[in-house]
Amino acid sequence: MTKTVVLGALAGVGLLAGAAGAATLDDVKQRGTLNCGVVTGLPGFGAPNANGEWEGFDVSMCRAVAAAVLGDPTAVQFVPTTGKTRFTALASGEIDMLARNTTWTFSRDTDLKFDFIGVNYYDGQGFLVPKALGVTSAKDLDGATVCIQTGTTTELNLADFFRKNNISYEPVPVETQAEGQQQYLAGACDTYTTDASGLAATRATFENPGDHVILPEIISKEPLAPLVRHGDNDWADIVRWTLNALIAAEEMGITSANVTELAASAGDNPEMNRLLGNEGNLGEMIGLSNDWAVKAIGAGGNYGEIFEKTIGENTPIGLARGLNAQWTDGGLLYSPPFR
Amino acid sequence: MSDTHAQSVPFVRESFIPEAPPPETDTGVVAWLRKNLFSTWAYALLTIAALYVIYVILAGVLPWLLNGVWNADSIQQCREILAGERGGCFAVLTERWNQLLFGFSYPTEAYWRPTLAFALLFVAAAPVLFTSVPRILLVATLLYPFAAYWLLWGGTILAPLVGLLGVIGGYLVYRRLIDRSFAYGLLGGIVAAAAIMWLGGFVVADQPRFLSLLPVQSRDMGGFMLNMLLGVICVSLSLPIGILLALGRQSSLPIIKWICVVFIEFVRGVPLITLLFVANVVLAYFLPPGTTFDLILRVIIMITMFASAYIAEVIRGGLAALPRGQYEAADSLGLDYAQAMRLVILPQALKISIPGIVNVAVGLFKDTTLVSIISMFDLVGMIRGPILASTDWGGVYWELFGFAALLFFVVCYGISQYSQWLERRLATDHR
Amino acid sequence: MAIHTDPPASGFRPSMLINDTRYRGLTFQFIALVLLIFAIAYLVSNLFGNLAAAGLNISYDFLGESAGYDINQRLIPYDSQSTHLRAAMVGLLNTLLVAFLACITATLLGVIAGILRLSKNWLVSRLMSIYVEAFRNVPVLIWILIIGTMVQQLPQPNAFRGENASASMLFDAVALTNRGIYIPGPVFGAGWTILLVVALLSVAGVVAYRRFALKRLYDTGRILPLVWPSLLILLVPSVLAFFILGRPVTLDYPVLRGFNFGGGVQIGVPLIALWLALSVYTGAFIAENVRAGILAVNRGQTEAAASLGLRPRRIMNLVILPQALRVIIPPLISQYLNITKNSSLAIAVGYADITATLGGITLNQTGRAIETVLLLMLFYLIISLAISAVMNLYNSSVALKER
Repeated sequence: MTKTVVLGALAGVGLLAGAAGAATLDDVKQRGTLNCGVVTGLPGFGAPNANGEWEGFDVSMCRAVAAAVLGDPTAVQFVPTTGKTRFTALASGEIDMLARNTTWTFSRDTDLKFDFIGVNYYDGQGFLVPKALGVTSAKDLDGATVCIQTGTTTELNLADFFRKNNISYEPVPVETQAEGQQQYLAGACDTYTTDASGLAATRATFENPGDHVILPEIISKEPLAPLVRHGDNDWADIVRWTLNALIAAEEMGITSANVTELAASAGDNPEMNRLLGNEGNLGEMIGLSNDWAVKAIGAGGNYGEIFEKTIGENTPIGLARGLNAQWTDGGLLYSPPFR
Repeated sequence: MSDTHAQSVPFVRESFIPEAPPPETDTGVVAWLRKNLFSTWAYALLTIAALYVIYVILAGVLPWLLNGVWNADSIQQCREILAGERGGCFAVLTERWNQLLFGFSYPTEAYWRPTLAFALLFVAAAPVLFTSVPRILLVATLLYPFAAYWLLWGGTILAPLVGLLGVIGGYLVYRRLIDRSFAYGLLGGIVAAAAIMWLGGFVVADQPRFLSLLPVQSRDMGGFMLNMLLGVICVSLSLPIGILLALGRQSSLPIIKWICVVFIEFVRGVPLITLLFVANVVLAYFLPPGTTFDLILRVIIMITMFASAYIAEVIRGGLAALPRGQYEAADSLGLDYAQAMRLVILPQALKISIPGIVNVAVGLFKDTTLVSIISMFDLVGMIRGPILASTDWGGVYWELFGFAALLFFVVCYGISQYSQWLERRLATDHR
Repeated sequence: MAIHTDPPASGFRPSMLINDTRYRGLTFQFIALVLLIFAIAYLVSNLFGNLAAAGLNISYDFLGESAGYDINQRLIPYDSQSTHLRAAMVGLLNTLLVAFLACITATLLGVIAGILRLSKNWLVSRLMSIYVEAFRNVPVLIWILIIGTMVQQLPQPNAFRGENASASMLFDAVALTNRGIYIPGPVFGAGWTILLVVALLSVAGVVAYRRFALKRLYDTGRILPLVWPSLLILLVPSVLAFFILGRPVTLDYPVLRGFNFGGGVQIGVPLIALWLALSVYTGAFIAENVRAGILAVNRGQTEAAASLGLRPRRIMNLVILPQALRVIIPPLISQYLNITKNSSLAIAVGYADITATLGGITLNQTGRAIETVLLLMLFYLIISLAISAVMNLYNSSVALKER
């Protein structure tokens, strides 16, 4: 009897404390840094450079949020996570947001209790094969040995694809990008499969990138999205609209070069004025200062700039915009209006 | 008798023949070869097989080692310099040297701090390891944890100073109360230490800039430094816990014994990696909400748990090896349990267990590489993660793994040689 | 006894709980128990608080759901539609498989290396010292990674293709590739059961012959040759039966088919890499145990045996080894346990053991961290306890029977 009372009391205290810790925004402001979960090392998306500074596409998302909330794009504590640890790190509050090329799926959104705040990269799973193999379609891969990074949705897609096409394969699970590359180059597998962006990034590091081709089939939809804990809607709004601000900024032609100039005085585009805090009080509505978007865009530029700098065609990764172009250019990026 | 010499006079030698050198076949290189390498045909075969193995290994490794490139910016450049010849690309070691040793986010200008802490480790460990070192240096051993903390983590010197004061204060109280009873002494000591640290906490909070080094967060530590850090901290922490567990397991109190047995057998029954998974993905759920202490601390807790179970078993062996008479002698002197253990049993049992403890320590140090599997960037993690994943150095695995193996070998071989030396010195039976 | 001291009649005082040795133990135990219960209650309440706050729950329902991923190495039928539980079982069997194989080879390697290290051949004993020290002092994870990289350097199946192939099969039957070792596999035709019965009977025959020889030795002191009669009894009937029955078992040779070799039996490269790594790593430790065990046998025993006129091999077999075994077995058991536990690093070479399936992919796909990690620990605990139980039984059977 006494024991149950004690247990109950302890549980009650736990619940109260849990409720108190739910306001992520306050935590971040009080801490002065944003804890952002990133990949342990994927060139172009998130990897420490030779000086130990994190850079990459997902990393820029963290920096933009830090700039919007704290005014300082460097006030980010990057927490490297593996496929296994990323969700626990977020659920347990170790990180405030996760920007780690994570695919938005139904069960992750609902069963695992996370909120995906919007797609920052539309990806799909592809196959990388040596040219010498003479394979032109993924359907020719019957009986092939396939290297695959464990702990990702790609594993499930792969099983589905081969089952659907009634062909067989032998999986070789690998733990990291580097090991996948190593196995593939040693010929321990015929093909390496992961998100097409990751394949491009991997191929870029090869001795002779031209000897390898990415097969035309894209076997899955992989909308990669940053995510936050379920239940803290204020925080989710901040991250969501920071992403939207970056996308909208590109659409409106706001770049890191001209953002301070444009924000200095109200122009004749009312939406741009609202975004940059010259009109209305959008910042206050999400609990931030009115120049939040200016800071976010100033951190690393708009979506297009970030893309070009980290994974675009002029980088070793060399990805085309493709689906990730603005809707006005035939892509899927379409920010809701700032109103 | 042969007939030809029938008439010869019996010969009696009157002086010694000068000592003749042993036959050619029994001296020098030839004899050594015959005795040590070719004594029987089976040995000869074995020798030839061994020579072949050595040849194969050297033929593979030597060109790679001697032909190695030590100056290049990337593997592509290495390949250009080698121009198709076989050779290692050791440039990765020179270029990423600091990352391999300190991880990628430790502040560059503060590299001297872990280096100094590492050097001081020898000063601090010497009086513990070698009895010939002046006893006065034990003060250095006592000061070391606090100095090392200050050097590695930075921040104000007041924090470790308060910790040190707390320990000293606790010890003084313990000395005063020990005459009444061990339990009182221990309790009083802990309370005093906690009180001093609590009060000192205000001073630290008040003066965060006093003699301050650039603060470094735990998660910024990596490379071989992280392996050393985890190894040293966890072994030091697990010793006292291991002793308690061993005593508990030997205890006559059934509940305490039962708790210790379950704990030890459980921890020894599961692989370390599952405990690290617990640290990484489960432990957070068992802590009060909002207390997110960082991964390195959780890992330290888990590895310490793991090591203490093994050390407990080693010490239990030491306790069991003591003759029963020692226990009875202590009882007959009228010592109570704490006194008997502290003054009679443990000093002897620990002495017997030292080699075993060192073995556990070496094993544990090697096992710190497993943290790379839970996304921490220790030496192996640095290699498997940022370095091999980089566009510059993707594909340079032999050189990196070889370097990691060498580094661990040097440390572990050193420790195990020490352990063997100690074992010979402590051997009191003359066989 | 005449003098019987009753407890003082003054009765019980609370201070006796601390000061009286009769009660102090009880007090301490009570305190320990209460602390333990509180600690557990605290942790569990935190757990439920945290889970409730995050809207999660503890449930093992996911074990019944379809896993959705494929496993390359499986001892029982499994496909991507099987359940997570079945995936865990596949992993469990793989763990046991590699642990079993590695235990055997590590023991062989360790015994050979341990004896050779004591050999009078200078070169060989030095070589063995280097082997032992090199493997004992470098983390097993690094060895697994290095050996995993080594086996990748084997030729790929493509190298066997074409007119001027750069690699060729051994005896046209065995192909060493970096995807696996392909060996001929048996195909069982009609009548193979009879062959099996014959083979089993020959094994029984060997055992019977050895017993007979031993009895003869004890009764009359005459030594019968053991090796070649055993081989004869083992092989001749089976070979005869094989031909009389018209070769009921044929071999299926591996041939290049599509991307890989087909036919025969494939031993996957992850299994080989892990098996090899665990064997040579643990072999170094076992070598040390064996050496220590042999050295532990008193020199006088060797001399006594020699003075009885026994030859060196018989001294080893009849005098030294039986005594050394008692010293060797207990650490050997813990090495077997270590192999099992170290096999959890399988994922570093892509082997699908239980840590890789249940603790890896299943955990990732379902996000059920607490459930899977607890289950994983439970599996390992059961394996460990089972191994130590079996080995302790064996240990007590060879232990010195003291009276």
